[in-house]
Amino acid sequence: MHPLIKRILARLLSALLVLWLAASTAFVAIHALPGKIEDVLAGDLQYPGLREAISAQWGLDRSLAWQYGHFLERLAHGDLGSSYVMQQDVIQVLSSQIWPTVQLALSAGVLATVLALVVATLTAGRSRLSRRLASAVELILASTPVFWLGLLLLIAFSFQWRLFPVSGATGWKSLVLPAVTLALPLAGVLSQVTREALEQALEQAFVTTIRARGLGELALRLRHLLRHALLPVVTLGGWLIGSLLGGAVITEKMFGRPGVGSVTLNAVLSQDLPVVLAVVLLAALIHVVISTLLDVLYLFIDPRLNTP
Amino acid sequence: MTTSQPALPDSILSHDTQVPPADVRPARQRRRWPLGVILALLFLAVLAIGLVVPHWLTRYDPLLSDVSQTLQPPSLQHLFGTDRIGRDVLARVLYGARYSLLIGLASVIVSLVIGLVIGIAAGLGQRYLNEPAARVFDVLSAFPAVLLSLFVVTFLGQGIVNIAIGVGIAGIPKFGRIVRSRTLQVRRANYVTHAVTFGLSRWQVFLRHLLPNVLNAIPVIATIDIGTAIIAVSGLSFLGLGPQPPTPEWGVMLAESRDVLRVAWWPSVFPGLAITLTVISISVLGKYWQRNFEGRPQ
Amino acid sequence: MNAPFIEPTAAQPAGAAIAAVARTERTLVDIKGLQIGFAHANEGHPLVRGVDLSLRAGECVALVGESGSGKSLTARSLLGLAGQHAQVSASRFEIDGRDALRFSERDWRALRGTFAGLVMQDALVSLDPLRTIGAEIGEVLAHHRLLGSRREIRARVEQVMRDVGIADPQRRVGQHAHELSGGLRQRALIAAAVAGNPALIIADEPTTALDVTVQAQVLAVLRERLRAGAAVLLVSHDLSVVAGIADRVLVMHQGVVVDSGPIDDVLHRPRHPYTRQLLAARPSASSRGYHLSSARFVAQTLREGIAPPGTVDTSIVREPLPARHRDLQRTVLQVDGISRQYRRAGGEPFTALADVSFSVAAGEVLGIVGESGSGKSTCANIVLGLLPPDTGEVQLLGQRWNGQALREGERRALRPQLQYIPQDPLSSFDPRYTVRQLLAESLYIHALSARQVVDRSVELLEQVGLSAAFLERRPAQLSGGQRQRIAIARALAPQPALIVCDEPVSALDVYVQAQVLDLLAELQARLGTALLFISHDLDVVQHISDRVLVFKDGRIVEEGSAAQIFNQPEHPYTCSLVAASRPGNPWHPSP
Repeated sequence: MHPLIKRILARLLSALLVLWLAASTAFVAIHALPGKIEDVLAGDLQYPGLREAISAQWGLDRSLAWQYGHFLERLAHGDLGSSYVMQQDVIQVLSSQIWPTVQLALSAGVLATVLALVVATLTAGRSRLSRRLASAVELILASTPVFWLGLLLLIAFSFQWRLFPVSGATGWKSLVLPAVTLALPLAGVLSQVTREALEQALEQAFVTTIRARGLGELALRLRHLLRHALLPVVTLGGWLIGSLLGGAVITEKMFGRPGVGSVTLNAVLSQDLPVVLAVVLLAALIHVVISTLLDVLYLFIDPRLNTP
Repeated sequence: MTTSQPALPDSILSHDTQVPPADVRPARQRRRWPLGVILALLFLAVLAIGLVVPHWLTRYDPLLSDVSQTLQPPSLQHLFGTDRIGRDVLARVLYGARYSLLIGLASVIVSLVIGLVIGIAAGLGQRYLNEPAARVFDVLSAFPAVLLSLFVVTFLGQGIVNIAIGVGIAGIPKFGRIVRSRTLQVRRANYVTHAVTFGLSRWQVFLRHLLPNVLNAIPVIATIDIGTAIIAVSGLSFLGLGPQPPTPEWGVMLAESRDVLRVAWWPSVFPGLAITLTVISISVLGKYWQRNFEGRPQ
Repeated sequence: MNAPFIEPTAAQPAGAAIAAVARTERTLVDIKGLQIGFAHANEGHPLVRGVDLSLRAGECVALVGESGSGKSLTARSLLGLAGQHAQVSASRFEIDGRDALRFSERDWRALRGTFAGLVMQDALVSLDPLRTIGAEIGEVLAHHRLLGSRREIRARVEQVMRDVGIADPQRRVGQHAHELSGGLRQRALIAAAVAGNPALIIADEPTTALDVTVQAQVLAVLRERLRAGAAVLLVSHDLSVVAGIADRVLVMHQGVVVDSGPIDDVLHRPRHPYTRQLLAARPSASSRGYHLSSARFVAQTLREGIAPPGTVDTSIVREPLPARHRDLQRTVLQVDGISRQYRRAGGEPFTALADVSFSVAAGEVLGIVGESGSGKSTCANIVLGLLPPDTGEVQLLGQRWNGQALREGERRALRPQLQYIPQDPLSSFDPRYTVRQLLAESLYIHALSARQVVDRSVELLEQVGLSAAFLERRPAQLSGGQRQRIAIARALAPQPALIVCDEPVSALDVYVQAQVLDLLAELQARLGTALLFISHDLDVVQHISDRVLVFKDGRIVEEGSAAQIFNQPEHPYTCSLVAASRPGNPWHPSP
């Protein structure tokens, strides 16, 4: 079998394993809590029939092994249970709120990646001044908390200059500030890593060979170094997704945007366990899927890993 | 024509045994400290004072509200202005340092210790230890840090300790992976594999060569990671999962400042600035340490 | 003590006119008084001074010197690639008839790849590892728009690949550098440089660190190019490598040309003391038993009647080494039928060693030659007890040392008797240790007091020619030769019966190599330590060994005394090895 196919299969298997472990961990965590499950799941709510409903859904009167199997089965079918606090199936809660979050995460992710690649490719190996400047800006951005950056941008662009709305999710204008807020700190980190990788690549011997063919600096960067720069970006892809998802929670609260983030937050504050559980598992799923795709992409970009 | 030449003067090519010039001064003093490092140290010194003896730097009580002085812009009296209920912002920033810093530190320690143990065990062990450890890291890193902390908080309830635990657990894979790959690297290094030729036992090789060379990379990474932890902790406090008002924690202060954002910029700018400057300072110091650390980039 | 051995070199009539081969008159490069400096390096002193260099079509000029001599810098300045902040000046700097001092960056870029091509050292790092070699080779054509369509470029790429001797180009075009063997990779590198049909090929150490047979292949490709009318500027640190191909040679030392002229002149009648010392320090069959680093060139007139009057004869005078005492009755190391297989990721097992047997007597030096993949490293690791063999046994001083079921604890007591000198000493030193700590570790087994350890460490340093001041230094601050001496000191500390030397001088400059070889030979003779000397450099092995084993594909294909192996090789592989190393070596009579 072609070694590349083997590697891809290995990654897929590994991904499934991780997902299963994640779900199991969640299950163990729930059952390891002090107190009875029904009490935990119900929280402060008290109304007749609640305890029985919980018990039925989770199968709490059956054996632990049965509960585990049932749990996994439900997950496989996409049944994430019901939220008792909101009196709705979790799936419904999430699907109604997911679109604004996806919008936000996607636009911020693309913005961060493009910014990082452009800045890193243009400044790597250039004059000391431009490198120092880029380095300093990256450091500041990477050290700026998302929630503070949001506040600053709000002050500047919403209150001072009234360019963008303060909150809400209507129209593209309301997406700008949240996306920029979420993207900038991530762009800082990505740019740092990419630039360092590029500068290391610039010191390699093959760069001299390429210059000896008559290629100029721009051609060198675009035709050769860009591919080398993509490598660390792809490696960081998993981290990027995680940060986007986590950052979305904060940004949504910050800008008053509806979305999965605010739903989760409310669930945490009201100890609505099924919702939190579902969100966390969903995030893990997205993370694993995208990481696996990026791993496979890496194998395509870097042929050195393909030989046995 | 030419006769045999007399013996040549001492060879053009010098003998190879000259002693290289000594570096009399220790490495750190060889160059002047860069401006950034000095500034970082200064800032952190001020912060340290704020941590231990804040009353040296401010005479105001961070919890005392003065309704006659609500939302005053920065002035000579109140350098950072006052907030919504008349509390001095500078005092609150100074007194709030301890929360973010100490909790950030605590969570890093949690990540470090657990990550270290698993990482070394994984790096040293055979296949059956190595692969599961890698999976553990994959699982832990599959949950975004914020969400993982949310998960933990849901179970354990709100509070600053629980936030620290959540951020700590989320940070395990970062250390664990680095320690594991470093252990694998050192384990294959020639100075480790050849140490047996001098009659050292496996345990001695582990203690003398492997462990020190794995551990010496840690402090630098840990330092830089404290910055990330501080941001994470204050972020969760911002969301309301940490200390509750009126505690002057920086994240909480930022959350409170949202209400008055339209009319007052100073209650949001200064606490956030404190967080950012703290993280920048720690990063600058950490990177400086890294660069001068035997010249080896990690 | 024996009289110093005087080795006659081939006598040449002085000033004889060399039959001039008709060459095309086109002068490609004409440089006088070249000076290259960097504002912030070397305290502002120029790194290259007063170099005159000219090249005509069809000729090969070699630039020879040690690292730091400025040869690479000079070569690269012909492409304007001396470095971003290089200050290049000359009284004349003409490239293809034009004044290159006035070139803008655009002018330089126009001639790179089209007028002159660059071949560098290691194809693995000199080609973009993420692109196919087809893309790399064709890049010159695409970038300079030398050819129109993709199909034309592809056809030309395959043609060039055939020209440099890469078989089956259609398949290879889509492969990457790391998928090819060493020889094919270097050819691909050359192909990438000549795809644009440049008139000048600049080769910067193209054969360094390559196996002997691959070296020969690369030089053959360059000779082809010469025959086709190109000019070659060959940069190397090894005079014997360039001897087989160069017409003229310039010897550089510390940025200045110290010797120049036709290759025969420089090799046989070196004028400058540096060149003389360099040539005299080269190991060979005739230097066996003598010091290398103190060898001197001496010129004498021949008596009348033997050669035309005025003939100058140069010879090398060497000091003898102390006599070696071999006790063939005592066997220090006995290796019986060891073999070792590796399981590769692809699944097929790879045989590193198959049924290897040999022995080392007390006080003797056994040389092992082989190319990469021949199994010599695996053999060394098994002898050292770092790797268990799949079959067979190793005995040290008559006791079981390595076998399938043997554990470290059972042989630890014997460890001091067998020591190791590695190829890269720096990687076998703990990066945190000072020299003192390194030596103390090697003395660990003796369980000495702290005071005794220091005394013995100073003793060891003196034995290897270093002063006690080295104790507090870190290896990273020392030169390659000094590090190797520390490694030797560490190996001597336990007073072993046998030392395994794995390519101990391969990474060193010629003169430093000579010094280290002298040190090893002296210590070996005085202390009576046996050596297992592994190297791919046949000249070095010839110089120091009593007996030699030739390894190929995990087996010993020939075994005999050093003189036998190199003067009367029997096995075809040995013959090809010896032949491949000969054309460059001026001290051997042509076969």
